[in-house]
Amino acid sequence: MEKVLMKGNEAIAEAAILAGCRHYFGYPITPQTEVAAYMAKRMPKIDGVFLQAESEIAAINMVYGVAATGKRCMTSSSSPGIALKCEGISYLAGADLPALIVNVQRGGPGLGGIQPSQSDYFLATRGPGHGDFHVIVLAPASVQEMADLTYKGFDLAEKYRMPVMLLADGTMGQMMEPVALPEPQAIKEAPEWATVGTKCQRKHNIANSLYLSPAELEQLNFQRFERYAEIEKNECLWEEYRMEDAEYCVVSCGITARVAKNAINEARAKGIRVGMIRPITLWPFPVSPLAAAAEKVKSFLTVELSMGQMREDVLLATECKKPVFACNRVGGMIPAPEEVLAKIEDMTK
Amino acid sequence: MEHKRLTLFAGHYGSGKTNIAVSYSLHLADLGFPVTVADLDIVNPYFRTKDSAEVLQRAGIELISSPFANSNLDVPAMPPEVYRLVADRSRYGVLDIGGDDRGALALGRYVPMILEENDYEMLFVINKSRPLTRDVAGTLEVMEEIETACGLKFTAIVNNTNLGKHTTAEDILASDTYAKAVSEATGLPIKMTTVKHALLQELPEGNYFPLHLQELYYEIKTEDTLWQN
Repeated sequence: MEKVLMKGNEAIAEAAILAGCRHYFGYPITPQTEVAAYMAKRMPKIDGVFLQAESEIAAINMVYGVAATGKRCMTSSSSPGIALKCEGISYLAGADLPALIVNVQRGGPGLGGIQPSQSDYFLATRGPGHGDFHVIVLAPASVQEMADLTYKGFDLAEKYRMPVMLLADGTMGQMMEPVALPEPQAIKEAPEWATVGTKCQRKHNIANSLYLSPAELEQLNFQRFERYAEIEKNECLWEEYRMEDAEYCVVSCGITARVAKNAINEARAKGIRVGMIRPITLWPFPVSPLAAAAEKVKSFLTVELSMGQMREDVLLATECKKPVFACNRVGGMIPAPEEVLAKIEDMTK
Repeated sequence: MEHKRLTLFAGHYGSGKTNIAVSYSLHLADLGFPVTVADLDIVNPYFRTKDSAEVLQRAGIELISSPFANSNLDVPAMPPEVYRLVADRSRYGVLDIGGDDRGALALGRYVPMILEENDYEMLFVINKSRPLTRDVAGTLEVMEEIETACGLKFTAIVNNTNLGKHTTAEDILASDTYAKAVSEATGLPIKMTTVKHALLQELPEGNYFPLHLQELYYEIKTEDTLWQN
């Protein structure tokens, strides 16, 4: 297919439309506003719904309403706006409803700033809201992946009946690259659990997360976690880069993985055998390649736009068998390749 | 190529206005003109004219930019010095306007002064590879929205069809039909076709304007992504 030049945020919006999403509810916030702006232009032309809600909380609850009818729907925001949506995401998880939530992260905490960040890692991977639940978390590192993972995100949400979060950083949202867009999917019939009217032909379907019986609620939680175990087994995605003979392993996702690739190539030119494991799903976290690497390499280095949130998952995955060093930048700052290279060189000393 | 005192670059967002504005300013400075470039972008939070501050300074070009560009403050602030640039007829001005009608709104307040002096070019930057301006109809829609928002009519077209660093000579040549069709539909001449410097030697003789693209530190040589499951 002919490639087009797109901003990461636009690629998300167009890929969602191609995946059959016709319902978008949002509220503007930098650096993700182009998702909403693009939807505002496109949705009316394809009989879709673009609605700028009165708040982030309203938008996520509109998503809940459409999700209950079995239609593909989404919302997008950036860090402070996602924090507001967390109650609604928990309700979606509790009612086993599929939806795509896009988080183009900016610096925090609080109002923070508008420059890029990856510091919603904990918020996303530990269950963004109250109660025992997970969302599948996808971390793109190119505009092409912004499109591909959005498209895949809808399929995963539907397959496992749960919310999926596309966790990008501000740079991914704003940068422009050529994209080969995926094929358009036909709009599907409503699934059997959808609340679309019984026509007096069947029992009522109910989208609900309130259960009066503690025993019933416990069973539902148990069943949900059986599903999560299946996802952990089947849906891990990651990329390995120059790991074949690596003595040192960088772990990074999103924009910092791209910076790290440059640093790794420079380190290789200096004779340092270093590679990278780039998690693409952050939940489920790709434990197996990291556990395998822990048997081979001397040490790890996490490169993150946070104070080391993903480092905790690396420590867990490797069972602390090898040291895990960190290169952390926050507040909207991005490390230069030289800075990552210096950290790699420190590991070898 | 003829140069008016004020050159304004406007168009669909992401069409490449900032890169062209910077390169065009460098070109004017090369010719010996005193040049000021003004960033009027009230839309983009990242990737601003300010990113080229060092290159511009080395070439002796004055940069007018919002003190909040590239900062953490998310306000569509306009630097007051833009008035001085529009009024000071001793300097050549290059104005980088924000994308779409929303960006062009910011230009409106200067339009009476620009029209009164009447020594300007308002250039419509087009890129066939952008999803919403891939055909003439979509491109015209953006053009009319911008003209309505700022109250100034375009005077010529800049064909900036590109796929970023992945642009080939074939992409440029293939965009010719599109640019001519836009020109015919609007009655506007094509002032130039922009290409990255490295592609010039691969193209036949033509009205090409070379662009100096910024090196970004996150560019990666290998684009292959291995998805394992």
